[in-house]
Amino acid sequence: MKNRVSIVGVGQTHHRSKNTDCKGQELISIAVKRALESAELNMADIDAIVIGNMDHFESINYVDMWSVDGSGGYMKPIMKVTTGGTTGSAVGHAAFYHVASGLFDTVLAIGWEQNSESDTTAAISTCFDPITEREFCGGAIGPLAAQYTAYMSKYGATEEDAALVSVRDHNNAAKYNPYAHLRQMITTEEVMKSPYISYPIKLLDMCPRTDGACAIVFAGEDRARKTADRPAWVLGVGDCHILVNVADGIGLANLPSLEAAAREAYQMAGIINPFKQFDVAELYIPASTAGVCWMEALGLCEEGGGPRLIRSGATEMGGELPINPSGGVLATNPIGATGLLRIGEAALQVMGKAEQKQVDGAKVAVATGFGGCFWSDVTVISSLPQLN
Amino acid sequence: MAVRSEELGDSGTLMYPSRIKLQYTWHAGKVGSRFYREIRDHCKIWGTKCPQCERIYLPPRETCPRCYCSMDEWVEVSDVGTLLTYTVTRYAVPGIQPQEPPYALGIIKLDGASTGLMHLLGEVELDNIRVGMRVKAVFRDAREGNYLDIKYFRPLGS
Amino acid sequence: MGKVGIIGVAQTKYRRYNPASHAEMAYQVTREALEDAGLTIEDMDNTVTVCNDFWDGRTISCMTITEATGSHRVPTTNVEGDGTYGALMGAMRILSGLHKVTLVVAQSKLSEGIPSVITNAMFDPVYERVLGVDAINSSALQMRSYMSKYGVTEEQCAKVSVKNHRNAKANPYAHLPLDITVEDVLKSRVLADPIKLLDASPVSDGACAIIMAEEETAKKRYSKPIWVKGIGHCADAYHLGDRDLAEVDALASAARRAYKMAGIKNPMKEIDVAEVYDAFSYMELMWMEGLGLCGRGEAGAMVDSGLTELGGALPINPSGGVLSAHAVQVAGLARIAEAVLQLRGEANARQVEGARVALAHGIEGACGQGHCVFVLEN
Repeated sequence: MKNRVSIVGVGQTHHRSKNTDCKGQELISIAVKRALESAELNMADIDAIVIGNMDHFESINYVDMWSVDGSGGYMKPIMKVTTGGTTGSAVGHAAFYHVASGLFDTVLAIGWEQNSESDTTAAISTCFDPITEREFCGGAIGPLAAQYTAYMSKYGATEEDAALVSVRDHNNAAKYNPYAHLRQMITTEEVMKSPYISYPIKLLDMCPRTDGACAIVFAGEDRARKTADRPAWVLGVGDCHILVNVADGIGLANLPSLEAAAREAYQMAGIINPFKQFDVAELYIPASTAGVCWMEALGLCEEGGGPRLIRSGATEMGGELPINPSGGVLATNPIGATGLLRIGEAALQVMGKAEQKQVDGAKVAVATGFGGCFWSDVTVISSLPQLN
Repeated sequence: MAVRSEELGDSGTLMYPSRIKLQYTWHAGKVGSRFYREIRDHCKIWGTKCPQCERIYLPPRETCPRCYCSMDEWVEVSDVGTLLTYTVTRYAVPGIQPQEPPYALGIIKLDGASTGLMHLLGEVELDNIRVGMRVKAVFRDAREGNYLDIKYFRPLGS
Repeated sequence: MGKVGIIGVAQTKYRRYNPASHAEMAYQVTREALEDAGLTIEDMDNTVTVCNDFWDGRTISCMTITEATGSHRVPTTNVEGDGTYGALMGAMRILSGLHKVTLVVAQSKLSEGIPSVITNAMFDPVYERVLGVDAINSSALQMRSYMSKYGVTEEQCAKVSVKNHRNAKANPYAHLPLDITVEDVLKSRVLADPIKLLDASPVSDGACAIIMAEEETAKKRYSKPIWVKGIGHCADAYHLGDRDLAEVDALASAARRAYKMAGIKNPMKEIDVAEVYDAFSYMELMWMEGLGLCGRGEAGAMVDSGLTELGGALPINPSGGVLSAHAVQVAGLARIAEAVLQLRGEANARQVEGARVALAHGIEGACGQGHCVFVLEN
């Protein structure tokens, strides 16, 4: 890496199922203003902006241009990145490359979504091939459900294992995250009793749809040293888009894209023993089942070891590797922002700025992004510019 | 979505006509809502003013795009202004046009506003529109709180 | 700026209807760009796709071309904007030092949708969208504003159309090579005054791919890498009423940045050929001013003088430009591809002799709200 990249500020809205107070640009500006405040910078300090969301949810074409009133982009370099569910993390990575290239020093990454403006499932269904798949592939849930059925069959995992993930994430949000959308305490019984959406995924296993925005200020070394007393350093990034046709992935118990993205990011960062080296993880878990069957893709446990890892309590707050102190995606899901929030939350952790969500002494974190087309992004973040 | 195939002549490739039908409910937000309420209830046009550069924005917004600061001050602007530019649309696009073409569009700088407002022009000879014309807003009798509560802008003195 | 070389380019022939699917077009240009560079898909260590959900009629539109571009094998991302922005991302990924060779692929099939409906969606759904405003009548507002402020005439704009359609006759990829006169343009059907049919670009299906490489790889593998010397991008205000539509400040800012990086002080003298995004005839005039090739309001006179013809002092759009072929999202990347061919001396009948420095330009949003400028050298 020629130029080191840091994160010096993070901002987000208080996420809600329906934010009718705000027009989209206003939602964006709340997050941006908070990010600037967090970095102690002004809009004049921003050299470039990268923004992303999923077009069909708000039906606005060329959002990079439309959003300038909210993003502060008037007379600035702006571009849009969109990759489906991974949009948020792809935007983060795009901002990372803006800085890593040496072309820009202080770059604002913005992810946002006003999901309440449309019917999410109908909008998502347009991602399937209009000729071969669109008629029958119901939204994002179907493939996830099929994946866990395969995992249960192969490794003996259960619905209860997944319910534990749901309880962990929901309760973290309730206890520690005032920005989260869903903040109710729940129990495993309540999860198990909730109605099936798509077997084996039940209502309380599934993420909500949320209106919200997140903004992160990425900075080169000079800016980092000038502004933040403790910047978060981005040590590794990986993006993997392995699958295209949903049918290719149905029946797979694992997530190859996450494995590949993790490999890329870990190599860049120097992570060789993820479970030991990470102090905290903000993972894009869109359904609790994923919180069981994707852990091995990240190298956090042995193959088929998801249930053991979850049941050990190691991923709870206070455990060896807390996962989703923010409550993760199960508590908050403004799709274009969701992946960026994982990066932002991970950065806040290593900066020591995570407030009630803070994992004490967190120095190295991992953040992931996921898209309904089974794509993955991984980001490794640390309080140190390089791992020893 | 019903799908049927149509053979395309001799080229041998199939085409499947289809439509994406998605419903949307856009939020005007607090600022947009106030703008429309003033139009609907009082036939008044209000913009927001930046405390730093003092520009008055139409349509109104929460944050000044240039100074990037919040705008809390509302200022009423005139319903009369100057036509900055115009065009007459002479092609039809089903589903998106408010009127049958030909119809006129323009950008109007209302007296008191710093920015232009794009809207329809009416009660005007389509071949006789001029940049710099003075125009006045005509409001609908039955208003609902949306952009077309202003029916169009007509030349002053007509 | 570090060194990024362009070592492969490919374009489909632009046409009203290409029976190939999105993936097939993307695969074709990927394969041909690889052949052009003398490389295989295994040599690409990352990709950037350029797809737009509205134009493709699909959310996560980049899924359609993931496999066709080899993006399932390597780190990848999707830029949703003009192809020049995709190339910018491709360059940044190489300049980071983390990747060596980037494949950038843009595609679109305007034949599949209703362009006016898709461009109407650029406008704010809470405000202007209900006016039925789209790319054509909004550009008409700009053309009128520009003509009114600077006295530019419809004839001068028509001359751009005549020049570019004629230039297109020498471009095997062009959609609309035509022999027309100024009078033909002035008499053509009015779409939205003052824009007439022959002032407007066609709607085309097409794809384009370029391969960018870091310095060592570029020099080792290819005898004529074309170097990216400067890049700049910038966006103006959003609501058309917020802007002075006759002015080109955002383009001037983007150009300034690109020129500074490239060490260009006098663009008119130092640039040998320019490929600019002329979605409408008047735009070529405005962009000439934004690029600093002449003063504000002076482009009409420049066109009158013939300076921008193929044999003139600074040929603009020898490829025929966007007026002759317009696959949205692709057209800016195509400007880069054409500039590369010029600098390699491979532009055949449309070659600008001895071209050493070229400019390629793309726009984004309504009335050129955003601009991206590339300066290339051989």
